[in-house]
Amino acid sequence: MIQTFLPLVLILFAALLLGAITLWKRNSPARLRDIPALTRLYRMLGLSVEDGTRLHISLGRGSLLDARGGSALAGLATLRIIAERTSVSDMPAIASSGDPLLGLLTQDTLQAGYQAAGVDELYIPTTGRITGLTPFGYAAGAMHIPQNEKVATNIMLGHFGPEAALLAEASDRESLTMIGASDNLSGQAVLFANTQDALIGEELFAAGAYLGAGASHIASLTVQDVLRWLVILAMLGGAAIKLLGTI
Amino acid sequence: MRVITAFIAIASGVLVLGGYFFPALAGVQTLLLNWAIILAGVAAIVGILNLTSVHMDKIRRGEKGSAYSALLIIGLAVTFFFGMILRPQHDVMQMVALNGIIIPVEAALMGLLTVSLLYAAIRLLRRRTDMMGIIFLLTAALLFLGSATLPFGDIPVIGTLIRPWVSQILALGGARGILIGVALGALTTGLRVLFAVDRPYGGT
Repeated sequence: MIQTFLPLVLILFAALLLGAITLWKRNSPARLRDIPALTRLYRMLGLSVEDGTRLHISLGRGSLLDARGGSALAGLATLRIIAERTSVSDMPAIASSGDPLLGLLTQDTLQAGYQAAGVDELYIPTTGRITGLTPFGYAAGAMHIPQNEKVATNIMLGHFGPEAALLAEASDRESLTMIGASDNLSGQAVLFANTQDALIGEELFAAGAYLGAGASHIASLTVQDVLRWLVILAMLGGAAIKLLGTI
Repeated sequence: MRVITAFIAIASGVLVLGGYFFPALAGVQTLLLNWAIILAGVAAIVGILNLTSVHMDKIRRGEKGSAYSALLIIGLAVTFFFGMILRPQHDVMQMVALNGIIIPVEAALMGLLTVSLLYAAIRLLRRRTDMMGIIFLLTAALLFLGSATLPFGDIPVIGTLIRPWVSQILALGGARGILIGVALGALTTGLRVLFAVDRPYGGT
């Protein structure tokens, strides 16, 4: 009974905390620690518009029907901000994905970004692409975008496995700036070795807050910190109880 | 319209989530998930149309690499045509499309991946001359040495002591820590979507 309802209690607690902190953070400035990759990303958004360079956002192949959906949704939230900020650029951002549902949402999110910027007419449907439906198929399709479409920055945010190395290699050959984050451990290791500044673990979910997506994104980081401390306390408590039990 | 979309999304999310905790909602949860699977199938068709339209556009404008786009369209059309006539389970389709093209191409990409990873490891210290880069490379080298298959068995100390300690204590602990962080990030992201704060559907 406890095992069944403990996750529900945790979700409700997180939801209440998220709502309360969002209201609290609405009028107070955020204080965020420096994450070099996200600082670079922020800078590249500005450069994209000023220099007329193109961004390629790879959202990976996270299906929304399984546990990989979290990283896909985080990638979409970041894409929404990028689309809004770069919509007036001469070279519109291109987004690629390796899952059909994610592909549809990618197009919708890109269009929403253009609408929010008030330049709906500049939206080009083919800037949101599904490049393949298997890991290597997706990587092979997405590899061609930096090579053929005058991309200056490759941003990888989502679910990537070891195939991320192929995308990273293609970007490196074109001397592109690369920012990478994955929710998959193999993907993270590959991106760590292949990018200037990799995002590790939950830093993938912090991109929105650093790009100015709003109070709810900053509140999410605070909720994650609170929950992380609760997990640490629970683990230490469990270890102490087990230790006491053996004495 | 946006309010209706958000309402449908929130209601669907709450019902599916509730199905995990309340047996009374399990039926509705299954129904909604089945609808989602059907929609994912339809989305795959839309995805193929999108892929076709992107590459047709490239061919029409004569962009760099448009020969590959033409190859893709021809391959897609041929596979679709013969797949409809023969059915995907037919021996010829299995032998030509699957065993003759898809599996060898994926295997070649896997081989390319191995070379890419090796090359990335060599360049790592040029790219990252910090403590984390050195630790990463040293750990990888130790694990490779410790798990190498040698005629005389494991390398003393590295294979019998250091590798198991690094992989089963340090790496496993670190991996669990990262996965807990990812799970917490996914939870808060999911809650934002559930509250319709983030709406990756239905526009702004």
